[in-house]
Amino acid sequence: MEVRNLICIGCPLGCPVTVTMDGDDINVTGNTCPRGADYARKEVLSPTRIVTSSIRVNNGAIARVSVKTKNDIPKSKIFEVMDEIRSTRVDAPVSMGQVLIADCAGTGVEIIATKDVERA
Amino acid sequence: MTHHDIVIIGGGPAGLSAAVAARKAGIQDILILERDGVLGGILNQCIHNGFGLHTFKEELTGPEYASRYIAMVEEEKIPYKLNTIVADINKEREVTYINREEGLVTIKAGAVILAMGCRERPRGALNTPGYRPAGIYSAGTAQRLMNIEGYCVGKEVVILGSGDIGLIMARRMTLEGAKVKVVAELMPYSGGLKRNIVQCLDDYGIPLKLSHTIINIEGRERLTGITLAEVDEHRNPIPGTEEHYSCDTLLLSVGLIPENELSKGAGVSMNRITSGPNVDDCLETEVEGIYACGNVLHVHDLVDFVSQEAALAGENAAAYVKNGKRGEKCHKVPLLAENGVRYTVPQVLNVDTMQDTVTVRFRVADVYKDRYIAVYYDDKLISRKKKKVLAPGEMEQVVLKKSSFADYPEIGRIKICTEVE
Repeated sequence: MEVRNLICIGCPLGCPVTVTMDGDDINVTGNTCPRGADYARKEVLSPTRIVTSSIRVNNGAIARVSVKTKNDIPKSKIFEVMDEIRSTRVDAPVSMGQVLIADCAGTGVEIIATKDVERA
Repeated sequence: MTHHDIVIIGGGPAGLSAAVAARKAGIQDILILERDGVLGGILNQCIHNGFGLHTFKEELTGPEYASRYIAMVEEEKIPYKLNTIVADINKEREVTYINREEGLVTIKAGAVILAMGCRERPRGALNTPGYRPAGIYSAGTAQRLMNIEGYCVGKEVVILGSGDIGLIMARRMTLEGAKVKVVAELMPYSGGLKRNIVQCLDDYGIPLKLSHTIINIEGRERLTGITLAEVDEHRNPIPGTEEHYSCDTLLLSVGLIPENELSKGAGVSMNRITSGPNVDDCLETEVEGIYACGNVLHVHDLVDFVSQEAALAGENAAAYVKNGKRGEKCHKVPLLAENGVRYTVPQVLNVDTMQDTVTVRFRVADVYKDRYIAVYYDDKLISRKKKKVLAPGEMEQVVLKKSSFADYPEIGRIKICTEVE
C-alpha cells in the first residue's frame, strides 16, 4: 500500500489531499469537491497539466499572442510541447480560439490563441 | 463642463465589471477612462490559466477572462477612452484627464468609481545593498516584457519574494528555457497560493527558501550574482548562512501597493493596513459619491472576487446617481479587525441600509492552524467557523446577514477575530 500527500491544484483553495493506493484500489481523502478526487487520481496515475505560453506574431499590433493547450497534456510532455510552441511563428491577425498548432508534439492536443492580435 | 452620471477610473477587471453592473442597474451615461491602449488591465499579461472558476465556472487564462468582460462592455455600448490618463479628481467629483486627441479636459461626474488597481513594490523600497545593474525587474515588469513585448528577459534567474506573480514567473521563465535557481522568501511562509507553489515550483524542481533574503547584489553593467542569507525571527540576516548564486536576472515579487495618488488627491481617507480607501458596505469612500473597488481598494488574490466587488460598487454608484445620498441618520457601525485579523473591507457597515447580506473580506496576520474565525456584535459571539489553515496569502471572508442585526438595535461595533479554542 502506498500513501501520497498532494495539494490539489484544481482551484485556489489548494486542499491537502491524501491518496491511498492499494493495487488498483485508489482512495482519496481530504478533498472538498469531486474535482479534488479527480485531480488526485489523475496525479498519481498519469499527471497532466494545461500549458500556457505565447507565440511570436509577424506584423502584429503586439509581438506575441498568448496561447494554451486546448486540453491538459501529460506532464512529461511539457518541454516537448514548449519546444514546438517556441519554434512556431504566426501571421497577424490572430483571433481568440484560433488553432495555431494542430497536434502539438504528438500529444494530439491543439494549441489555441487566448487573445486577439490585430495587424500592426 | 461635460457631465457624466458615472465616471470609472481604470478599464481593468474592476472597472469593466463596475461598468457592466452600473449599466444593468439602469445608468446610461457611463464613461471608462483607461491609461493603456487596450482594456483589460493586468489580465492582458497574465497569460496563465486559473481565472474565472467562480465567475464563469471554467478555467480561463487572463486574456480570456478579460475578453468576456470587454465583450459585455462592447455589447452594452459603454463608452471608454483609451490612452487617457487621469491627472486629478476632487471632492466635487470633477475629473481631469489628459489624452492626445483632447488635451487636458475636466468633466463632472455624478459618481466616481476608483478602479486604478495596484502597482509592484520596487527595488528601491527594499534597501538591498549593491550596484544598480541591468537585469533587476519587478516580476510583473518581466511578465509584460516576456508575454506582450516578446523579449527574452534572462537566462539564469533568482526570484526574491514568493508572491503569486513571482511563482508564476518562475514557471514561465523555466518554460521559456531559463534556469530559475531559487525563489527566496523573507517570511517563514509563502505569500502565494498553495496551488502555485505546487504547479510552478514543485513541478519544475525549483527550490523555495523560506526565511531567506538577498543581502548583496553584484555586477556593474549587468547583474552577475547575488548573495542569499537566512534570516532570524527578527528578519535579520544570520552570519555564516550566506550563499552565492550567479545569475543575470533578479525578479522581485515583494508586494503590491494599491495605486491611490488620485484617491488621496480627492481627499479620500486611507486605511493604514490596506493602503486603500476606507469604505462602507456600499464600497463608498468617506467622500460622498466616490466609490472604490478591486486592487485599488485592497490587493486581491483572485480576479473573480475583484469582479464581484466591483459589480457591487457599480450597483451602489448607480443607486446613488438615481436616488441621491442615503438617509442622514444612518446607523454606522465600525468593523474592528482584532487578534490575528489584519484588516477588514468594508471598514464600516450601515446597518439600516445594508443589503440582505454583506461580504466582509479580510486577511490574517500570520499562518495559523486549527483556528476559528469569530464574529462578535459588541461582546456577543455571533458566529464561529473553524479553519484548518489560515495564511496571509489567502484572503478570507465572512458574510453578515441583515436579519442578524434585528436583535441588536443598539450595536456599537462588529469585531472579527481569530480564536484558538
